[in-house]
Amino acid sequence: MKQSILSFAGKRRNWSIPYILFLGFFVITPLVLIVYYAFTNQTGTFTLDNFKKFWMQPEAMHTFVFSVGVALITTIACLLLGYPAAFILSRMELNRSRLLVLLFILPMWVNFLIRTLATVALFDFLKIPLGMGSLYFGMIYNFLPFMIYPIYNILIKTDRSLIEAAQDLGANPRQVFVKTILPLSAPGIASGVMMVFMPVISTFAIAELLTINNIKLFGTTLQENIYNGMWNYGAALSLIMLLLIAATTLLNGKGNAKAASEGGLI
Amino acid sequence: MKKILANSYIGLLLTLLYAPILIIIIFSFTEAKVLGNWTGFSFKLYASLFHVGVHHSLSAALWNTLIIGLISAFVSMMLGTIAAIGIFNLKPRARSVIQLVNSVPILNPDIITAISLFLLFVSLGISQGYTTVILAHITFCTPYVVLSVFPRLQRMNENLYEAALDLGATPFYALRKILLPELRPGMISGFVLAFTLSIDDFVVTLFTIGNEGLETLSTYIYADARKGGLTPELRPLSAIIFLTVLVLLLIINRRAAKKEYKNEKA
Repeated sequence: MKQSILSFAGKRRNWSIPYILFLGFFVITPLVLIVYYAFTNQTGTFTLDNFKKFWMQPEAMHTFVFSVGVALITTIACLLLGYPAAFILSRMELNRSRLLVLLFILPMWVNFLIRTLATVALFDFLKIPLGMGSLYFGMIYNFLPFMIYPIYNILIKTDRSLIEAAQDLGANPRQVFVKTILPLSAPGIASGVMMVFMPVISTFAIAELLTINNIKLFGTTLQENIYNGMWNYGAALSLIMLLLIAATTLLNGKGNAKAASEGGLI
Repeated sequence: MKKILANSYIGLLLTLLYAPILIIIIFSFTEAKVLGNWTGFSFKLYASLFHVGVHHSLSAALWNTLIIGLISAFVSMMLGTIAAIGIFNLKPRARSVIQLVNSVPILNPDIITAISLFLLFVSLGISQGYTTVILAHITFCTPYVVLSVFPRLQRMNENLYEAALDLGATPFYALRKILLPELRPGMISGFVLAFTLSIDDFVVTLFTIGNEGLETLSTYIYADARKGGLTPELRPLSAIIFLTVLVLLLIINRRAAKKEYKNEKA
C-alpha cells in the first residue's frame, strides 16, 4: 500500500491533480453556473427572456455601448501616452529605466479606491467640475501603467541588431520605427490593450466616484443586478461580457496570458 | 535637445501619476475631515491612527486584509508550485489545456470572477465570510504563482530529481532537497504577487464577503466613500503604506542592480 502511494506520488505529472480538481471546482464550475443561470429563470426552467430583456431594455444596452466607447477611448489614450513613455524608458541606461518603471508601477500599490478619491480631491482642489473629464483622467490614471509595462518589456528584449540592420540598409528614422520597431513591439501592444480595454468596461465603483454617481459603467450594472437578487439577468449580462472577452482574446492570438502576467506588478 | 524633451515627457507623466498621491500625503498632515481642506499643520491624524480603540473598525479591517492576504498568498504559493511541477511533467496536449484553464482567472475581469464565485457559493448554500473570501483569493492568485514558477522549471536540469530518486530519496525528500531550492525565487515572487493582488482586491472580496459585518480595507473604504466621506485616518494610513512600499522597492532595486554589477565584473 505504502509502495503504491509512493509510486503514485513519484510520478510528477500526478502532482497536477489537486490543482486540476481545484480549477474544475473554482474556475470551470462557476463559469458553467453563469451559463446555467443566464438561460434559466428563477424557478430553474429554460428561457431566453434574460437576453430578450437586454435587447428590449435600453438601459443596460446603453450602459454597455457607452462602456465600450469609454474603454476604447481610454485604451487609445493610454496607448498614445504610454507607447512613447515605454519607448523612451527602453532607450535609457538599464538601471535608470528600471527605477523609472518602478516609479510608474508604484502608484498601483496604493489602494485604487483611495487613489480614485484622491483624484476627486485633486479635481476639487483645482476647482474643475467632475464629469467626463474627471472620468477619463481617472481611467487613464488607473490603467496607464498596465499599458506601459508590457510594451516596455517587449522593447527592452528587442534585438538591437535588427534596428541597426534597418539603419545600415538605408532606412530613415521614421521607416525604422514603422517597419521595424513597431511590428516587433506588437505583442506588447496587444497585451497592453487587453489589460486596459476589458477591465475598463467592467470597472465598478470608479466611474461613480469620479462623477458623483452621474455616470456608471457596465460593471456597475452587473453588480446592481446581482445585489438586487436578479441573479439570472445578472448572469446573462455576465455571459455577454464573457463572450466579448473570448472574442478579443481570440483576436489577440496566443501568448496573452503570459503577457498579461508579465504586465503584473513584479 | 531630443533627450531633454524625452526626459520632460517622462517627468510630466510621473507628475500627473503622483499628483493625487501627493495630495493624500500632504493632507494627512492636517486635521480637516474633508480631503482638500487645509486647517493647519498637525500630526493628529497619525496619532489617532495609532491610538488603539479609536477606530476599531478600521484596524479590524486592516487586520482582516493582512490575514486574508497572508493565508491566500501562502496557500496559493504551495498549491501553485506543486501544480506547476505537475503541469510541467504532463504530456504536451494535456499541458496546454491546463495552461489555458489556468489563464482564465487572469484574463477574466474581476467582476466576472466575482459573480461566478458568488453564484458557486450561493448555489451550494455556503454561508459567506472569511473562508469564502480566502477561497476566492486563492482562485485568482494561484494562476500567477503557476506562471512565475514555470520558467524556473524550464531552466532547471531535469535529471537532478531523477538522480535523487535513483539514489534512494523518497519523492517528498527529493521535492524538499532538490526541487524547492531551485524553484524558490519563482515561489517568492509568486507569493509577493499573490499577496499584493489579495490586499488590493476589492470586487471579488465584495461579492464573497457576505453580510456578517466582515470588512477588509477595500470594502471599508468603499462603504466609507458611499457614505460621502473618507475616514480622515485613511490618509495617514495610505501615506504610510505608500512610503513603506516605496522604500522596500528602492532597496530591492538597489540590491538587484548591485548583484548585476557584481555578476558583470565576475
